[in-house]
Amino acid sequence: MSARMNIGSLWQGLMGDKGGAGDRIVPPTGFTAQLTLFSAGAMAFLAVFALALALATGRLADRWSSELAGSVTVRVSAPAADQDALAQAAMTILQTTPGTGTPRLLPPEDVATLLEPWFGPDMPVDALPVPALIDLPVDAGFDTEGLRLRLEAEVPGAVLDDHTEWRRPLVTAANRLRMLGIVSLLLIGAASAAMITLAAKAALAANVQVIRVLRLIGARDLTIATAFVRRFTRRAAMGSAVGTLAGMAGIAILPDTSAAGGFMTGLGFQGWDWLLPLTIPLIAAVVGFAATRWAALNMLEAVR
Amino acid sequence: MIEMRDVGFGYHGQDELLSGMTLTLQPGMFHFLTGPSGSGKTTLLRLCFADLLPSSGQMTAFGQDMRALSRDDIADLRRRVGVVHQDPQFLDHLPVAENVALPLTIAGEAVDMEALRDLLGWVQLTHHARALPPSLSGGERQRAALARAVILSPDLVLADEPTGNLDWEMSMRLMQLLIELNKSGKTVLVATHDLNLIRATKAQVTARVLRITGGSLHLAGADL
Repeated sequence: MSARMNIGSLWQGLMGDKGGAGDRIVPPTGFTAQLTLFSAGAMAFLAVFALALALATGRLADRWSSELAGSVTVRVSAPAADQDALAQAAMTILQTTPGTGTPRLLPPEDVATLLEPWFGPDMPVDALPVPALIDLPVDAGFDTEGLRLRLEAEVPGAVLDDHTEWRRPLVTAANRLRMLGIVSLLLIGAASAAMITLAAKAALAANVQVIRVLRLIGARDLTIATAFVRRFTRRAAMGSAVGTLAGMAGIAILPDTSAAGGFMTGLGFQGWDWLLPLTIPLIAAVVGFAATRWAALNMLEAVR
Repeated sequence: MIEMRDVGFGYHGQDELLSGMTLTLQPGMFHFLTGPSGSGKTTLLRLCFADLLPSSGQMTAFGQDMRALSRDDIADLRRRVGVVHQDPQFLDHLPVAENVALPLTIAGEAVDMEALRDLLGWVQLTHHARALPPSLSGGERQRAALARAVILSPDLVLADEPTGNLDWEMSMRLMQLLIELNKSGKTVLVATHDLNLIRATKAQVTARVLRITGGSLHLAGADL
């Protein structure tokens, strides 16, 4: 059956301009038409957000990963009398370490800024036993472990923090969110296929007498199937085009990423990403095509 | 054209309704198939357009073994065999003219509007061309079905009790059309239990009368 009903012929039937008369052999079906349009539109709308989620979390994971991986922090904790000398010793080591940029000893103002979220703006940081902090830009593939061992040996109280402890759970969380977005997209695709299949089956079942008449006057399965497939493919494409545009409009009116920062404001498309949702109607058309074709083939098999 | 050799047929789980059927439809000949109700006339006709397959024996249509036909082959066969059913079915959402032209549409052939008008005129349905099938009377439906059956110029026209729901005048009008078809060279097979109809037709055209009795096929004698 499937060999006889080859995809090329079916596609030609779908895209050709001879479909007008052929399409008319299928009676107008208000309920299934509206169901297909609505479900395709709703699914496309959701797909846009799932796509935006997947892209945003992907960007987030990359950003967190690259930002934190691009530098390490050396913390020097020592009695106040020794701290400056040990910090300078650490600076000397860092300046001569291969694969690193210029180390920067954070001035007290920067340290105060870092602590401000916890202690407030008026806390006298100078009175606290705060360790000296050195920010060190590093290249990819930098030997973290070698530097850690050298600091331990030569600068007592110096601790190298490569941010792994912070970075790993953040990147893991972002990657899981990205996976959630992808799984959502797949589920939306599967649910769309299921709904279109149901609608197509309902339409086919409602038109079994039409199919019987067509078979009796010499219609091939391909001709009958094409009429149904064409109709459902178009509905799926049209419904999802509307849903996609609505979803893109919804994404477009989200607050700008620079407005407040944070994850939620980053949920959107950037640059060429805006072209990606435009593939949703095409994918919906392919899903509609495949789902209806499958339903039509099964149905026609039962009609002699 | 259609050849049966010792063909038998029985519906699922039932005894054979037809058995030992041997028949050759002669090209260009007018055939009647008669017999009491339930004798298997419709079943034999359905075998002829591959709506049913024989349970036993050998049956060919245009040289092809009926049991070896693919679904596409069956569709092609049905384009060479026009069928008029006792209760013809149409696509009720399409006007009569489009229904009549439907075999052309599904065959991917262009519809010659002038030829379609001529055909509708032949079956006297010109004024109903844009009407929807449910609005047609029984006789009009049969004539529309006949027009649809012949639009692809089939080699064989089958009619299953085509006058079953018609009055005598309407029946004869329809038979007249079938006679005209036969005179134009088409092979015609009409299943009917109406012996008066057969006699009236035989007065106008040479017809072979086949009778089904007891599941077997016999050539009827001159008593008809």
